[in-house]
Amino acid sequence: MPERKATALWDRNIVNGALRDSIRKFDPRIQARNPVMFVVEVTAAAVTVILLRDVIAGSKLIGFELQIAIWLWFTVGFANFAEAMAEGRGKAQADNLRRTRTETQARQIKEGREIMVPATSLRRGDVVLVKAGEVIPGDGEVIEGVAAVNEAAITGESAPVIRESGGDRSAVTGGTTVISDWIKVRITANPGETFLDRMISLVEGAKRQKTPNEIALSILLAGLTIIFMLVCVSLYPFALYGGTPLSLPVLVALLVCLIPTTIGGLLSAIGIAGMDRLVQHNVLAMSGRAVEAAGDVDTLLLDKTGTITLGNRMASEFIATLEVSLEELADAAQLASLADETPEGRSIVVLAKRNYNLRGRELAEKDAQFIPFSAQTRMSGVDVGGRRIRKGAADQVVKFARDNGGAIPAELAPIVERISRSGGTPLVVADGPRILGVIHLKDVIKEGIRERFARLRAMGLRTVMITGDNPLTAAAIANEAGVDDFRAEATPETKLQLIRDEQAQGKLVAMIGDGTNDAPALAQADVGIAMNAGTQAAREAGNMVDLDSNPTKIMEVVEIGKQLLITRGALTTFSIANDVAKYFAIIPALFVIGYPELQSLNIMHLATPQSAILSAVIFNALIIVALIPLALRGVKYRPLGAASILSRNLLIYGLGGVIIPFIGIKAIDLIISALQLA
Amino acid sequence: MLINALIQVGIFAALVTIISVPLGLYMARVFSGEQTFLDPILRPLERLLYRLAGVHPDREQGWAEYAVSMLLFSGVGMVLLYAIERLQLFLPLNPQHLSAVPSDLAFNTAASFTSNTNWQAYAGETTMSYLTQMAGLAFHNFVSAATGIAVAIAVIRGFVRRNASTLGNFWVDLTRAVLWILLPLSIVGALVLIWQGVPQNFSPYTQVTTLEGAHQVIAQGPVASQEIIKQLGTNGGGFFNANSAHPYENPNPLTNLLEMLAIFAIAAGLTHTFGQMAGDRRQGWALFAAMAILFLIGTTAAIWAEQKGNPQFAAMGVDQHASALQSGGNMEGKEVRFGIVNSALWATVTTDASCGAVNSMHDSFTPLGGLVPLVNMQIGEIIFGGVGSGLYGMLVMAVMAVFIAGLMVGRTPEYLGKKIESREMKLAMLFILIFPALILIPAGIAVVIKPGLAGISNPGPHGFSQILYAFTEAAANNGSAFAGLNANSMFYNVALAIIMLGGRFLMKVPVLALAGSLAGKRTVPPSAGTFPTGGVVFVVLLTAVILIVAALTFFPADALGPIVEHLAMVQHQLF
Repeated sequence: MPERKATALWDRNIVNGALRDSIRKFDPRIQARNPVMFVVEVTAAAVTVILLRDVIAGSKLIGFELQIAIWLWFTVGFANFAEAMAEGRGKAQADNLRRTRTETQARQIKEGREIMVPATSLRRGDVVLVKAGEVIPGDGEVIEGVAAVNEAAITGESAPVIRESGGDRSAVTGGTTVISDWIKVRITANPGETFLDRMISLVEGAKRQKTPNEIALSILLAGLTIIFMLVCVSLYPFALYGGTPLSLPVLVALLVCLIPTTIGGLLSAIGIAGMDRLVQHNVLAMSGRAVEAAGDVDTLLLDKTGTITLGNRMASEFIATLEVSLEELADAAQLASLADETPEGRSIVVLAKRNYNLRGRELAEKDAQFIPFSAQTRMSGVDVGGRRIRKGAADQVVKFARDNGGAIPAELAPIVERISRSGGTPLVVADGPRILGVIHLKDVIKEGIRERFARLRAMGLRTVMITGDNPLTAAAIANEAGVDDFRAEATPETKLQLIRDEQAQGKLVAMIGDGTNDAPALAQADVGIAMNAGTQAAREAGNMVDLDSNPTKIMEVVEIGKQLLITRGALTTFSIANDVAKYFAIIPALFVIGYPELQSLNIMHLATPQSAILSAVIFNALIIVALIPLALRGVKYRPLGAASILSRNLLIYGLGGVIIPFIGIKAIDLIISALQLA
Repeated sequence: MLINALIQVGIFAALVTIISVPLGLYMARVFSGEQTFLDPILRPLERLLYRLAGVHPDREQGWAEYAVSMLLFSGVGMVLLYAIERLQLFLPLNPQHLSAVPSDLAFNTAASFTSNTNWQAYAGETTMSYLTQMAGLAFHNFVSAATGIAVAIAVIRGFVRRNASTLGNFWVDLTRAVLWILLPLSIVGALVLIWQGVPQNFSPYTQVTTLEGAHQVIAQGPVASQEIIKQLGTNGGGFFNANSAHPYENPNPLTNLLEMLAIFAIAAGLTHTFGQMAGDRRQGWALFAAMAILFLIGTTAAIWAEQKGNPQFAAMGVDQHASALQSGGNMEGKEVRFGIVNSALWATVTTDASCGAVNSMHDSFTPLGGLVPLVNMQIGEIIFGGVGSGLYGMLVMAVMAVFIAGLMVGRTPEYLGKKIESREMKLAMLFILIFPALILIPAGIAVVIKPGLAGISNPGPHGFSQILYAFTEAAANNGSAFAGLNANSMFYNVALAIIMLGGRFLMKVPVLALAGSLAGKRTVPPSAGTFPTGGVVFVVLLTAVILIVAALTFFPADALGPIVEHLAMVQHQLF
């Protein structure tokens, strides 16, 4: 899987851009979107006003107030920087994409004539012709022709893909290049609404909407902010009662240290970075909501073919009837398959060659006549030199042999049944009236798929395999692959029904699909991942598109969704746990005059009241910067049960959140006293 | 001493645990409308009441209608109580001819009893007639408790129902709480108390001449019936001014134990009611365990602080050690028949639950000993808590804990399969926010204005503690007092009345709305990836979240009151 190269975390261009953007983000209209940081900005402004007043009046506290003011502004700036960094990484990707959206000319077919128009003037429904070497001017559906298309601009994968009219490979994306042949494309998106445009705006985060969980978390943070405002405001009269009038800068310092600035400052960066990580895996989520939902998925619907098994069944064994030698069977089977271009057919030729050293023969000379497979006869074969060789479904081939006056060997039925029971497909081979034996066609399970399902199970997901096979075959494959459940003899409607049933039980369902008949199920699923190689209908129905068209990608998607939520939870817990230490730093410092007894709470032995307050404020600001990498990369996710993940993270971010600031504040205090800043 | 404490606390804790299970399961049956052994007597009575009141018991209410019914019922009850207080001189059962209660005190008392606070800015025996006590106050002891239970049951239904638009019928829940739970328990309990010597009569006060020839008036009346519901309903309003320290309210260690059990019984039982109705008893046990841990922490701290006594006295050569002849420690304001352990234990129990009945004077506790009741209330009366209100307060904290840490399992937060989204978060936050606002804002005002400062009886941090305690107990609907504060003034009567009403009803509405919102949701079945809310990790998390939220909110205020007072005491300064 070609992963889009992850940009280095501290890429110089991104950092420079982010620094510029973080200045712009001081605009209170932008800050107002984030209640926690807005409070910090307002209080920073208030302290600055007090500072100016004191400068004019000539107070001796100016040095202290100046430092508080500076660090408060830094706190806002650091949060801005975190958000700008996350956006910058997206923008870097968007710029790459934009480069591909050059001004192309399009050959529009109008009333049978070909006219050259700029790509930007194309509207939904227009038809264009694209020849080899030309850039496809917009998203659309191939209506005529077949061509090899280089989609590297979108997927990063330079190997060309085939796009043809009809079927499940008809969608093309604007910005990709036709490298051979020609296609006629009906445009399906107006300018500004194309896939590329959507991708650019998504990775840039320009139209980013807060996701539901992000909104709920913001409410919690706003609520906590209000509580701490109550605490700080009421502390003023309480202190007055004790004979200690508190100054605004120290109250503000306490407030800013208490309100959850760490998570408040990093919240949007976490969300943007989550989308960014998906893009790095070549998955485009159409909304942040879908990414969140991915973390919640309970049930995963997987198509057997292509996802669990390699797309095709392969011949794995020849089983001859009693009076026939294996060589004869292999020879007949190979003959019957020589003209069979299906992967199954080819695998028979290859198996015969490998096991019995039978070379492929040139049949044209022998005046051979091929009988292609049809849904009615359900068998194929060859008539050559008076022989009539057939291979196909057991009942049909048996009927064929009988019609030719043959007898059916008694051992045939048990062989056929054994293969079916094991999940394979038996192909019976007959030469006229003689039943020669059976070819065992086997579904080949993708390597490592069992381990992946075990991982999903550990994450708490249930996997359901969907297949058109009969229940016997399905059960065998399900067992071999290690899925939790399966639906055999499924039709496209089965998927939709299954999703509805699961959802009725309150579960969230994810599925992958590519074909037009998958579209309703993709739309119904909570997380619907459409293959980029699929049809336009499927791409529009799903809420994510996998550019690599790799069906196992869903596991990464689920992990990224979970990682996003865990990172939010971890930083929230950390942020709140931090407050404990800050109290021990600030409260004794505030009341050093009124209640000197409270000095026994100064368990960190901070040098002076000023340095104590300053250290807490500086720690509070610096921790935002220190956690930017964590916010952008996300907390590492391990597929363990919920209880063990929880205890682990509680220990790291909860208990760690209580302890770390004690160490950090003390260290900063030592530096401050050494530098004689307070 | 240690053995003594372990035995007394151990027996109490074991009995609470044992009683809570059958009581909780019984309550689940009562509110699910299932058969109980009291049905043959109570069903006809219940039907009669509904017919008289025009209640259609099968008609369920949405959260808003439920809330309006609850508010209307409480409002009318409050007005009636106010009227009785003002008119008691013209009403029967007033052998002492006690005059009308002054308007501000009557308002304060009406608010206090309606809100299940039972703060008493008066002395019962010299202010309230028997009729006021029985028809006015005792009536509210029953119905304010029943209202709490009803709301808790409605909230439970919100958590366990799926795709539902209703939470039950307030009138039915109220009636059943009184008839099936409070009345039977009170009748049995009152008889036990009478057996143990608590008076129950309508006699005028007895005039006696003591051995020394002094003249003494011995107050009495229908005490036992008042006493039992005061504990069961976590009301706490004493018949006498001395409350449960008075020998007629609480004559001996046995009644002391029974009364403490009565305080916790229903609140502890409701956790199992919740588990049973949720179809997973471990969910109930998890809440019970979190409550029990917090209770044991508080009890240990209080007993330790009180037993340790005052270092100042030790310096003067006073023996404060426990021995065969004395219980040692800080005995100021405590009854000798209860000693240190049962006084500190009671103080913890009565402030864990929003009861507020006292058997010792919290004002006289050591600073840290006094901090325990204060913190218990600041935690929001959810350590078992008030009947009903403790459970729904705990459920809101569970929602918070699940939301903060639940994200860390990699799923959007859910509790009992219900997704916690922005609407739920808004309501939970509102519930949590109102509480500190009701304490910190008025206390901030009271400590800087004259009428506020006029009430305190000690200078310095202790005076501050008195004011902080008063507003805390009012918002928490506790009703216990740092008795040093003279709160029977216009300012405190009105201010505390408003805070008590706010602490009760401003919080009940968002919690009902929260339940209404949850009831309408579908339930996500649990999987291996689901946050497990029935296990040890959750109990630890919930306990930690509760402690941290309370500590972050109230640490600065407490630091300026009991904490600084303690530190000063260690450094040889008393207030």
